[in-house]
Amino acid sequence: MKPVSEIRARTIVLPIDNVDTDQIIPARFLVTTSRDGLGELLFADWRFDHEGKPRGDFVLNRPQAAGARVLVAGRNFGCGSSREHAVWALQGFGIDAVVSTAFADIFRANALKNGLLPVQVDDATVAELFAAPGASVVIDVRAGTLVAGERRASFPLEPFARYCVLNGLDELSFLLSREAEIAAFEASAGPVPWRTS
Amino acid sequence: MQDRPRTLTGKIWDAHLVSAETDDKPAVLYVDLHLVHEVTSPQAFAELRERKLRVRRTDRTVATMDHSIPTRLAPNGRRALAVGAAGEQVAALEKNCKDFGVPLYAVGDERQGIVHVIGPELGLTQPGSTIVCGDSHTSTHGAFGALAFGIGTSEVGHVLATQSLLQRRPKTFAVEFSGRLAPGVTAKDLILGLIARIGTAGATGHALEYRGSAIRALSMDERMTVCNMSIEAGARAGMVAPDETTYSYLADRPFAPKGAEWDAALARWKALPSDAGAAFDRELHLDAEEIQPMITWGTNPGMGIPVRGVVPDPRGDAGLEKALHYMGLEPGKPLLGRRIDVVFIGSCTNSRLTDLREAANVLRGRRVAAGVRALVVPGSQHVKRQAEAEGLDRVFREAGAEWREPGCSMCLGMNDDRLEPGQYAVSTSNRNFEGRQGPRSRTFLASPVTAAVAAVRGVIADARELLS
Repeated sequence: MKPVSEIRARTIVLPIDNVDTDQIIPARFLVTTSRDGLGELLFADWRFDHEGKPRGDFVLNRPQAAGARVLVAGRNFGCGSSREHAVWALQGFGIDAVVSTAFADIFRANALKNGLLPVQVDDATVAELFAAPGASVVIDVRAGTLVAGERRASFPLEPFARYCVLNGLDELSFLLSREAEIAAFEASAGPVPWRTS
Repeated sequence: MQDRPRTLTGKIWDAHLVSAETDDKPAVLYVDLHLVHEVTSPQAFAELRERKLRVRRTDRTVATMDHSIPTRLAPNGRRALAVGAAGEQVAALEKNCKDFGVPLYAVGDERQGIVHVIGPELGLTQPGSTIVCGDSHTSTHGAFGALAFGIGTSEVGHVLATQSLLQRRPKTFAVEFSGRLAPGVTAKDLILGLIARIGTAGATGHALEYRGSAIRALSMDERMTVCNMSIEAGARAGMVAPDETTYSYLADRPFAPKGAEWDAALARWKALPSDAGAAFDRELHLDAEEIQPMITWGTNPGMGIPVRGVVPDPRGDAGLEKALHYMGLEPGKPLLGRRIDVVFIGSCTNSRLTDLREAANVLRGRRVAAGVRALVVPGSQHVKRQAEAEGLDRVFREAGAEWREPGCSMCLGMNDDRLEPGQYAVSTSNRNFEGRQGPRSRTFLASPVTAAVAAVRGVIADARELLS
């Protein structure tokens, strides 16, 4: 995971609420053992017609989408399936941050584990961004702020998640460093015995 | 701390803390049971290989195949094999389980099935435990009074390597259903009714605890249907406190404790229910008697109406208008009498023996309407054997429905069980998202009874009319 402290980019706007992970990456494309190649399938059923041709009216197919790295979407973004492929598809396309008024829990957790920034801001900020597609925004991870023109909005970020994003650290390394505590928990009265075979 | 009344969620949380959360750091939460399937695990195993890590507790990990495998038989009479990319994914799971020593209930094993069906029926799912799986419907296991939730593939890797997760304590949300469900109203209607009321983000950040007399009266299969769809309200988990119904379900299951261990487990489990006076972050009280048979009209599970209701008027709401357009429906019109093409009875929501019995009661001695394709997919080999022992497979076949091998099937169309573009299905699954059951598929979510009646009538109908 690469460290991220600031994102300066133009936006793509998708003013739709409840964008579920089946739209972000349809289930039939999950038959893969890799994280790569999913960017081409991002929003596949909205982006391409049934013959596989790009739909000119879909925002990702417009010329302005090229190089835009911040997706602004409606509330409850990433609801539905836990598939982390949704995050990999967004990143594969070149998205570094998603701005919304609310994120689904599992999507939010998956995003942070890959350095994709979930930027949760107020209604007025999202409405303003919807009204100005392609706006340039600056997202400051350390300060937890999004600035677009005159507007400045703050977004919540767990201290630990902020630390991981800023330093490009993954949680697995941290968990592995807690091995002694995990072993002590197991050795104590701790968990009930289990067997699966 | 121990003297303060605690919730079911709080008790399980406290008992699994390797280290408690602070302002700066999330808790390290120990995982009792990790369920693995072919779709969300390959990248996690790859990470373990790359970092030269082992699976820390193979005795707390179990894998099966369910999502991408075919559910039909090949011409040779044996189950069709996954081919192409799906075949590679299945082969990767076999290799990963072999290399890392993870027990695998593969196709061909009598224990294979949908991950959320086999955990409970094998007795792996137990009250008071923490259970995770790389699948959002892991909330199903909460029906046993477990804290069970879906995780992404990175977290699958974390659990494989450390048997732990970094987590923030979920907020708690008690939903009490007083009274009892009316005749002809099922657990599926109860949960679709709740989601229609609170919305698809209505429980974000919360663990739901379903309580009250209507919940107590449900069987374990029915409680699993309710808890299964908690995620469709955005909840992190959905739970029912264990009681005699739970214990009698679990007794004698293959992996349930036995003898003195059972007695000790029972004593622990009986201390799990939320204490009197325990505070929840949110509470909602609903009268179960008022719940009607439900069906969804739109493209998320919150877009549900009573089956006798009318499609809502979007009144300028762009999301509702988009859903109406996708579904090809008009506002203000009833769904009753609307022609459908396919009926799917299956999925981790409704593929257990109780569900199949309810559907069979409708189809017994009747025929699937001309032009309708009906697919019945049992949730596991165990369910399939039980159903066949009762002759349910004959009921379905004689009615003209297809009786399949266990798997996720048409719930998400990762295999070849898909709707044709534009087709309408009444489906007992959990998601009616655009394209969920195949590109341009259109899904009406409903109970097994409502689905079976739609199969017979060829149109959406109120099951209570046919059954009364």
